[in-house]
Amino acid sequence: MAWVWFHRFGSPPHFYRLATRLTPRFAWPAALLCLSGLIGGLVLAPPDYQQGDGFRIIYVHAPAAWLSLMVYVVMAASAAVGLIWRMTVAYAVSASCAVIGASFTALALATGMLWGRPMWGTYWEWDPRLTSELLLLFLYLGYLGLRNAIDDIGRADRASAVLAIVGVVNVPIIHYSVIWWNSLHQAPSVMKFGRPTMPAAMLVPLLLMLAGFTAYFVALLLIRARGELLRRERNARWVAEALGATATGQG
Amino acid sequence: MLKFLAMGGYARYLWPCYALTAAVVGLNIRWALRSLRAAQAQARRRIASVRAVS
Amino acid sequence: MSGERVGFAAAAGALIARDLHLALRRSGDTLQPLGFFLVVTALFPLALDPQLSLLRDIAPAALWVGALLSSLLALDLLFREDAQDGALEQLALCGLPFQGLLLAKTTVHWVLTGLPLVLIAPLAAIALGAPYAATPGIVAAVLLGTLALSLIGAIGAGLTMSLKRNGSLLALLVLPLAVPVLIFGARATALAIAGEPLAAPLYLLAAFTVLSATLAPWALAAAVRIGLE
Repeated sequence: MAWVWFHRFGSPPHFYRLATRLTPRFAWPAALLCLSGLIGGLVLAPPDYQQGDGFRIIYVHAPAAWLSLMVYVVMAASAAVGLIWRMTVAYAVSASCAVIGASFTALALATGMLWGRPMWGTYWEWDPRLTSELLLLFLYLGYLGLRNAIDDIGRADRASAVLAIVGVVNVPIIHYSVIWWNSLHQAPSVMKFGRPTMPAAMLVPLLLMLAGFTAYFVALLLIRARGELLRRERNARWVAEALGATATGQG
Repeated sequence: MLKFLAMGGYARYLWPCYALTAAVVGLNIRWALRSLRAAQAQARRRIASVRAVS
Repeated sequence: MSGERVGFAAAAGALIARDLHLALRRSGDTLQPLGFFLVVTALFPLALDPQLSLLRDIAPAALWVGALLSSLLALDLLFREDAQDGALEQLALCGLPFQGLLLAKTTVHWVLTGLPLVLIAPLAAIALGAPYAATPGIVAAVLLGTLALSLIGAIGAGLTMSLKRNGSLLALLVLPLAVPVLIFGARATALAIAGEPLAAPLYLLAAFTVLSATLAPWALAAAVRIGLE
C-alpha cells in the first residue's frame, strides 16, 4: 500500500499538480505563524536577564540555522532517493533545496555574527556553532559549484547526489570535531541564556517561528520543484497539458 | 514606541538582523517564482516549436 | 584479452605498479606536490617572528595545512588522464571489483603524497624539540591523516575528473570534508611535540579514517562511473 503512494508521488505529472495545489496551503500558514511569532518574540516576551533585548535576535537566527541544517538533510535524502530509485521528482526536489539552504546558511552566519558582536565583543569567535555553519556554507557552495560545472542535467543530478550524501555523513562529524576543538579553550556560547530553561513566553514565539519557517521552506520547495521538474521532463506529453492548465490562471 | 525601536540599546545589531532576514526571505520567494516562470516559458517555447515543425 | 581470468590481487598489484611507474617517469609532475609541501612549510616561519618557541607552536599547523594542500595538488593526476585515454573505462568493464581497483589507484596517490610525509614528520618533530617517545604517535597521526586525505581527495577527484581543469572547485569540495583530519591531526601532533599524551585526538582521527575507508569505495565508484558516462 505504501509503495502505491510512493510511486504516485514519484510520478511527475501527479507531483506537479499536487505541488501547485499545496503551495498556498503552506504559504499562508507560514505567514501567519511567522507573524504571531514575531509579535510574541519582539513585543510580548520579556527581556532576558543576562542579554536584555539583544536575545531577540534568536527569533531570526535560530530559524535560519534550523533551516540551513534541515534543508541540507532534505537535499541529501532526496538526492539519495533519486540515485537509488532513479526518480526525477526526487532529483528535482534536491536541486530546489540548494540555493534556499545556502542563502539561509549565510543568513545564520550573518545574524550569528551580529549577535556575537555585542555579546562577545567581536564579530567572530570560532564558536563551534558558527564555525560549523561556515563549513556547511562551503558544503552548499561546493554542491552548487559542482552542479553548475556539469552541463548535462542528468549527470549533474547524479554527481551532486554523491556529493550530498558524502556531505551529509560528514556534517555531524565536522560539527563534533569543531565542538571538540573549541572545548579546548572555553569560549562562552552566545546561544545560552540567563536562566537554565527558557520560560514559555520566550519559548513559544521561538517554536512559532521555527514552524513558520519550515512551512515557508516547503512552499518555496514546491514552487521551485515544479520548475526543476519541467526542466527535466522536456519531451513528456503531460507538460503541455499541465502548462495549458496553468495558462488559465492556476499557476 | 521609541523604546521598542531602541531594543534596550541593542538596536544597532538587532534591526539589521531582522532586515537581513526579511531580505533573504523575500529574495528567495522572488528567485523561486522567477525560476518557475522561466522553466514554464522555456517549456512553452519548446512545445510551440515542436508543434510548428510537425 | 584471452579468456584467462586474472585474480584481483594480481590485477591490483599490476595497476599499482603501472601507475607508480608512470608517475615516476613523469617525475616533474609527481614531485611537484612534495616540493610544494616543502615550500609551504618553509614559508610559514618566514611570515612569522623567527623565534623558535613560536615556530614550535606553528609547526603542527603548517605541517597539516601543507599536507592538505599538497594532497590536493596531486589529485588531478589520479583519474584525469586515465579517463581521457579510456583506461579507466577498461577497468570498469574488465569484470574485477571496480571499487578495489579504484582504491588501488588511491593507494598510489597516498604513496606519492602521504608516505613521504610519514617519513619526514618524525624528523621534523624531533628537530622542533619533540621527545623521542612521541615519534610513534606522530607517525601514527600522519599515517592515519594522510590516508584519510587521499581517500576524501579521491572522491573529489572522481566527481570532477571530466570537468575542465578547475583546481578551485576541487578544493572547495575536498577541504570542508577534510576539516576533521586537520583538527585532530594537528592537535595530535601538537600534543606529541609538547610531550603530552595524545590518545584522544589520535583515536578520533583513527575513527574518521576508518569511516572514510568505509564510505570512499562506494562514493569513488559511483562518482567515477557517473564521470565516465
